[in-house]
Amino acid sequence: MSDKQSAGSKIILKVLPYLSLLSVLAIWELVVDTGVVPNTLLATPIQVIELFFYKLTHADPDGSVLLIHALTSIGEALTGYVLALAIGIPLGLLMGWFVVAEGLARPIFEMIRPIPPVAWIPLAIFWFGIGLTGKAFIIWASGMVPCVINSFVGVRMTNPVYIRMARTYGASDWEIFRKICIPSALPMVFGGLQVALAASWTALVAAELIAADTGLGFLITMGRRLLMPDMIVLGMLMVGLTGVIIGVIIDRVEKRLVAGVRR
Amino acid sequence: MEDKSGVKKPKIECVNISKFFGEGQEKIHVLDTIDLAVKENEFIVVLGPGQSGKSTLLKIIAGLYKPSTGKAYLDGKELTHPGPDRGIVFQRYTLFPWKTVMGNVEMGPKLRGVPRKERRGLASRYIDLVGLKGFEKAYPHQLSGGMKQRVGIARAYVNNPKVMLLDEPFGQLDAQTRYFMEEETVRIWETEKRTVIFVTNNIEEAVYLGDRIAVLEGKMPGKLKKIYDVNLPRPRDYTDPAFLELRHTITEETELTL
Repeated sequence: MSDKQSAGSKIILKVLPYLSLLSVLAIWELVVDTGVVPNTLLATPIQVIELFFYKLTHADPDGSVLLIHALTSIGEALTGYVLALAIGIPLGLLMGWFVVAEGLARPIFEMIRPIPPVAWIPLAIFWFGIGLTGKAFIIWASGMVPCVINSFVGVRMTNPVYIRMARTYGASDWEIFRKICIPSALPMVFGGLQVALAASWTALVAAELIAADTGLGFLITMGRRLLMPDMIVLGMLMVGLTGVIIGVIIDRVEKRLVAGVRR
Repeated sequence: MEDKSGVKKPKIECVNISKFFGEGQEKIHVLDTIDLAVKENEFIVVLGPGQSGKSTLLKIIAGLYKPSTGKAYLDGKELTHPGPDRGIVFQRYTLFPWKTVMGNVEMGPKLRGVPRKERRGLASRYIDLVGLKGFEKAYPHQLSGGMKQRVGIARAYVNNPKVMLLDEPFGQLDAQTRYFMEEETVRIWETEKRTVIFVTNNIEEAVYLGDRIAVLEGKMPGKLKKIYDVNLPRPRDYTDPAFLELRHTITEETELTL
C-alpha cells in the first residue's frame, strides 16, 4: 500500500471500523426482525443486551448471576494456569539443560503431548467430578505443553558463547543453569505464557460445555437446553470478553516482570 | 618460578600441540605440532591469517578445547579445563545482555563466592581502569563496540588471572576505535602487568602491541613459522621508521598481506 499514510486515510481508519461494526449489528437485527432468520434460532443484538442487564442481577433461569459465572470460570482457569506454570516452567528449564531430566521426562511428555487437552475431559470428570478440581486438571494439562516447550527451547537457545564465558569463570553446571541459561531463556518463557493462557481458556470453555453447574461455558449450554438463543450468544460474547481481559492483565504483569530482561 | 639451575621457567608452555576436528573423511587438521613458550608478564602476539588455527590454539590454552596431541601448561601444570586463572576476551561481544556493566564485571567474583561489598569494589576498580567510570549501570545494548570490549577486558581482569587471552578482540571495530583500543590495551597492561597472549590477523596491530610476535602460517594445518622479537620502545609510533621496517619484514617473510 502507500508508504505514507495521509491524514485522510487516518480518519478513514478511525471511522470505518465503527461503521463496519454498526452495520453488522444492524444487518443482524434486521434479518431476525424481518423473519429471514427465525427468532427461535438467532437472538437479536438488542435481546442479547437486554439479557445481559437482566443477568447482572437475576440468577434465573440458569441458577447464577452473570458475575458468578464469570468468576467461576476465571477461578478455574487461573488455578489450572498457575499450576501449569509452577510445574511446566521448571520442568522445561531443567529438561533444557540437564541430560538426565530430559532423558527421564521427555518420553512421558512426548507421549502425552499429542493428546488434545479436551480429550482429558471425560477422564477428569470421572476422577474429580464437575467441580473446580476437574476443571483445574484439564486446564493444567493444556497449559503445561506450551510452558514446557518454550522453557525447554529457551534454555536450548542460550548462546553457547555465554556458557563458554561462564566456564572460564569456573562456574559449575548448576551455576551456569541458574545464572546464564534461565535469564537468557526468560523472554522465550514469557512468550509461552500467552500461548498457555489461550490454550487454557479454550480447554476451560470446552470442559464447562460438557460438565458444569456454573461458569460461562455452562451458560452457553443452558441457553441451548432452555432454547434461549439470546443466552447462547451472551455466553459466547462473555467468553470472548473475559478472555481478552485476562490476556491484557497477564500481559501487564509480564511487562512489569521482564522490564529488565527483554531488550 | 625458578628451577635449581636458576633459569626462569615459562609461564605458559605449549608442547607439541596438534588439533584435529571431526572424524574419518571429514577430519580436518587445524594445528600442527606447535611449540611455544611464553614468559611471565610478556605480551606475546599470535599473528596469522584466517584459518591458521590461531584461535584454536588460544582456546586450547583456555581449556575450552582439548589438544589432539601434545599438552599446554600454566606454571608447569597441565591445562585441561577452563578456569579463572586465565581471563578471556572473545572476538565477538559476549557480554550478558540482561546484566549491566557492573553486573557483567562482577559475575566472575560472584561465581567464586566473593562477598558483595568486596566484589563491587573490585569490579569498580577495573571498570575505572578500562575507562568506563560512570557507565556501571548501562546495559550492553547501550554501549558502542569499543566500550563493550572494554567491559570484556574489565571482566577478564577482575578475576585476577595469571594470563590474559585475547582472541582478535578489536576485529569488529572501526579503524579509529581500533587504534585507540590498542593504545588502551598497552596502558592497561602497563598498569596491571599480566602475561598476555593476543591473537590477531593484523600485522600493524601485532607490531604495535607485542614484545614478541609468533607467526602461524598455512591454511589448515597452521604451523608456527617464526617468532619475531620486537625491540621497539613503548609507547610505539605507527610511523616510526623502525616500526615500519619490522612491519615490512614480516610482510615480506610471510604470506600475510597488509
